[in-house]
Amino acid sequence: MSQLLAVVVDGVIYSSWLFIIAVGLTLTYGVMKILNMAHGSLYALGAYAAASAAGYWIAQGYPPMVSYGILVLAALIVGAIAGPVIERGLLRFMYGRDEILLLLVTYAVFLILEDVVKLIWGVDPYFISEPYGLLGSIDFADLTYPVYNVVLVAVCLIVGAVLAWILRYTRQGKLLLAVIHDREMSQAMGIDVGRVYLVTFTAGAALAALGGALTAPTVSVVPGMGVEVIVLAFAVVVIGGLGSLPGAALGALIVGLVRSAAVHYMPEVELFSIYLVMALVLVFRPKGLFAGAEVRKI
Amino acid sequence: MTAENRTPLLLLAALAVALVIAPVFPQWQFLATLALAKGMTVLGLLLLLRTGLVSFGQGLYYCLGAYAAGIVGLHWGITDVFVLLLVAAAVSAVVAVLLGFLLATYRGIFFAMLSLAFSMILYGLLVKVSALGSTDGFNVAPPTLFGLEIAGKDSQYGMFALTCVIAFLMALAMHRYFRTPLGRLSPAIRDNEIRVEYLGASVRGAVHVKYVIAGTLAGIGGVLTAMTVGHIDPEMAYWTTSGEFVFVAILSGTGNVAAPFVGAFIFELIRTYAYQYSPNTWQMALGTAMLLTILFLPAGLWSLYERLRKV
Repeated sequence: MSQLLAVVVDGVIYSSWLFIIAVGLTLTYGVMKILNMAHGSLYALGAYAAASAAGYWIAQGYPPMVSYGILVLAALIVGAIAGPVIERGLLRFMYGRDEILLLLVTYAVFLILEDVVKLIWGVDPYFISEPYGLLGSIDFADLTYPVYNVVLVAVCLIVGAVLAWILRYTRQGKLLLAVIHDREMSQAMGIDVGRVYLVTFTAGAALAALGGALTAPTVSVVPGMGVEVIVLAFAVVVIGGLGSLPGAALGALIVGLVRSAAVHYMPEVELFSIYLVMALVLVFRPKGLFAGAEVRKI
Repeated sequence: MTAENRTPLLLLAALAVALVIAPVFPQWQFLATLALAKGMTVLGLLLLLRTGLVSFGQGLYYCLGAYAAGIVGLHWGITDVFVLLLVAAAVSAVVAVLLGFLLATYRGIFFAMLSLAFSMILYGLLVKVSALGSTDGFNVAPPTLFGLEIAGKDSQYGMFALTCVIAFLMALAMHRYFRTPLGRLSPAIRDNEIRVEYLGASVRGAVHVKYVIAGTLAGIGGVLTAMTVGHIDPEMAYWTTSGEFVFVAILSGTGNVAAPFVGAFIFELIRTYAYQYSPNTWQMALGTAMLLTILFLPAGLWSLYERLRKV
């Protein structure tokens, strides 16, 4: 029983992390129909920026509690720089082209960003473990969990709630939904689609960077850390249905629980269990669990 | 003579030149063999691209071919090139037939994602199998041809010549295939599937066949790489390997069956030298090259040659 509980708790923690890194991807796809392969690189950029900024902060002897704010701030800055640069500088020339071509373009961006990271931060690993240990740990069902993981779950819930609120109850969110529904028509109605795209892509980039920034204290920040994250995020959003917010949440939960169960019961299948689930979902629900029907064009 | 008919002659000439000048440049043989082996995988991808499909999972067959041959070598001590090639091709083909039933109904990014998922499953499996060396993989014995060693430390020429001949045959076969009714369906399917269906052809069946061909070619490319390098590891199934193939395919373009081999050679050159001189920016160079190709040369490097010829 206690092991089952541990599986669920670990699964939920891992799911929260997955949701934070994947939700930006699904947002970008939902609005812009771009499956962003560079998402993992933005995640890595966020992790590096957060690690060096928070590391500097703590090395200066400033109050370490503020370092959480620094992590988030670093992620937002990365998003606010990288998002517009990629969107305005490159992607806006590609709108209306084939989805698969856009996938290839973002693959090229991924290759470039991988080296941008190395050029800025070098190839040596960065460690910023203070924020992870600072909050101490709590006991839950005979097991000890770092409070940082609880924070992660909270951040995941906040991000999800804020996004849902924006989409459902704000003017901007409604404009966004209109653009998702029919780009041409909303443009005709006077919505500045270019601006919506810019904001969406920037938000997606910032969310990826936030995922990286929050991961930075728990791992060593090394080159290539985004490579695996890309396929993980893909798995999550593909399972839930590309472009769907509840889909990303469900996908994250499924992947998180499956991985956690695999780790506890059959460690040897840990890695491929995730992709097996992704393949199975695609086999039975080709467009993911939350995707609607699509009009066939002749 | 039309340009269409010139390709076989061109290929034959390229084969002859390659076989004759290769002994003069022994230091290039390894790189060229590798490029040809990868080019074969890209040739399969070219077929898919012509059909409007991008697979981010050709690494699956590339790795499968290599491992199938590697395991046969490991367990039964078989090193004969043709046996290993047959094993690799057969295993890849069988798996491609099975997965093809599924994948043939997918298009666009879903095709890309599902093929990626399958290759990552293989990767996830292989890194956990300690009998096959987990993440380290294992060494492959030098291949032999009728009992003669063809890729020792002293000379790669045998392996190179063999790969050349195989690449030539595959390219020629693919060139022929493009001229068959089934081959000509490729661009039609890319343009409009439903019209193809109305014309009485089975899109699903055609895509399935093309997928199997592409998978088999990737398997052959994989085993040739394994024999050339003498080592295999699960990284061959990782998505970045498949990404490399996509990169080469986009760079070289789908204009001609020779393009993937030229593209693969250029790619290996860039990789070897850029990696040597600036290990931290070579991916950036690749990404930039890819962007420039997509933006300014949508038909790939091969279209440069065709433009030149028209002038």
